[in-house]
Amino acid sequence: MDGTMQAPIVQLEGVAKSYGGTVALARVELTVRAGEFFTLLGPSGSGKTTTLRLIAGFERPDAGRIFLDGQDVAALPPFERAVNTVFQDYALFPHLTLMENVAYGLRAKKMPRVKAHEAARRALAAVQLEDFAVRKPTQLSGGQRQRVALARAMVNRPRVLLLDEPLGALDLKLRHQMQQELKHLQFETGITFIYVTHDQDEALSMSDRIAVFNHGKIEQVGTPIELYERPASAFVANFLGSSNILGDTLLRPEKLHLVPRAHAVPEGFEKRHGMVREAIYFGAVTRTVVALEDGGTLQVMEANIVPVQGALRFVVGDAVTVAWPRAAAVTIGNSDNKGEQ
Amino acid sequence: MRSDAIIWAAVAVVFSFLFIPIIVIVLYAFSTAPIPAWPIAAFTLHWFADTWADQAVRQALLLSLEVASVATVTAMILGTLAAMAVARMQSGAKEVVSFIAVLPIALPGILTGMALAAYFAFWGINLSYWTIVAGHATFCVVIVYNNVVARLRRMSHSLTDASADLGADAFRTFRLIQLPMMASAIGAGALLAFALSFDEVIVTTFTAGAQNTLPLWIFGAIRLGQQLPEVNVVVFAIILFTAIPVLLAQKLIGESGKVVR
Repeated sequence: MDGTMQAPIVQLEGVAKSYGGTVALARVELTVRAGEFFTLLGPSGSGKTTTLRLIAGFERPDAGRIFLDGQDVAALPPFERAVNTVFQDYALFPHLTLMENVAYGLRAKKMPRVKAHEAARRALAAVQLEDFAVRKPTQLSGGQRQRVALARAMVNRPRVLLLDEPLGALDLKLRHQMQQELKHLQFETGITFIYVTHDQDEALSMSDRIAVFNHGKIEQVGTPIELYERPASAFVANFLGSSNILGDTLLRPEKLHLVPRAHAVPEGFEKRHGMVREAIYFGAVTRTVVALEDGGTLQVMEANIVPVQGALRFVVGDAVTVAWPRAAAVTIGNSDNKGEQ
Repeated sequence: MRSDAIIWAAVAVVFSFLFIPIIVIVLYAFSTAPIPAWPIAAFTLHWFADTWADQAVRQALLLSLEVASVATVTAMILGTLAAMAVARMQSGAKEVVSFIAVLPIALPGILTGMALAAYFAFWGINLSYWTIVAGHATFCVVIVYNNVVARLRRMSHSLTDASADLGADAFRTFRLIQLPMMASAIGAGALLAFALSFDEVIVTTFTAGAQNTLPLWIFGAIRLGQQLPEVNVVVFAIILFTAIPVLLAQKLIGESGKVVR
């Protein structure tokens, strides 16, 4: 990574947006650096899509400033911003061929037809759809449409590519394949990606950094490791993976160990006694829920490293001790959204 | 199987009821008798020549075509613009404006006709070619509007967003995305509007001055019991003139959705 990778390319300062009486975004601050794969993660209605639409220019903010490459673009219409969008429903023009779809942006910028079509052909070739250039979008499968939408946006060499849940309509296998391709494309081109999703696995596996949205606010911004290992709130902890919360302490289920009651616990470990209430075998892991003696429950996720012989190590009703290294406990701030997920 | 036969019999009865009178009129157009009589003794094309030579019929035909054309073009422009405006409104205002927009076609023609006549009289506007056009435009606009609104409802908002995102300003988006996608709906609406205008009687009665449209000429001739063979010929012509656009409209719509009247 060189120095220019660290320069901010998109900045939101105190950006607010309401629809009618409903607050969609409440004074959001956000900085995206050049060359980043940046993900806006959150449940539906949390403000992540509104943020994307504000950066694209489809919406105007009620307050605040939006900088693109240091220029305040909050008042500019979408067609004057050097960003392009991949839409959730792909938004391919049904009456145009793939070639015309992909060349549309270049033609709008007054590139001569021959040159624009040559560039469009190369972009279609890059997504393995060169042979389909004269077809209409309705003749394509969902995965193919997705790739045309990507080619149509990328051919314009945008400063920032905005992706609004682009894989939401695909089946799981294709989705995983496209995740890899998108990540690869972003790395190859060095174009900044701002990616909206509600899928935590997608966010964790693809992003350089993630902003977690909740009720029109950003709860936390950080790398996937920071967010998962050091969540700032119970909401972030629960949205990214599952978690146990004891008072103001957060424990990830995979960092807990189960030992028979009265077994010694190593130095530097915390422990709680309880009884197994639920034990479910998932193949790679076993999920055990323990009802603690002093109230509450802990969910323990253990990898089945040792071959399971006949029965699980602990079954419902067993008296057990749950132990964890002190370093695994995360202290979290107050949040209105507690409990396990 | 039995119930199928009953249904088909019912269909046959209803269609006979609807179409036999029309077929009879068409046949009378070829009858030699100056007064329609059954059975038809001999056939001739004589009345077609007579009708074509009749100045009153020619003028009426010309006026009908002109009125229908101008009313249709007006409807294409106003109906499309209205539909696009309504499509952008918030849901509350949308319902109100939609209701007002389709009112002219829900109201009985006689009300529209009387109201327009009273309105023109109030402002001292003489009844003329243009008052007929205005009268016809009231319902023609609604037909185009309804077709285009239905099309826009099925068009994803993200298409216009995508066009803007790719660098096209509002006019380019209209020209390259919205207009082509609405074209067949506008065309279908226009053909139906033309057909409706061409055979309109009631509103025309109130908004025409000394001029006769083709339907008004028929109305007059039948009332006076004159030129009945020519009436049959004219009716035959009107059937052709209105059936063709309606069939075309159905074909246009068939490619891309339902017709809405």
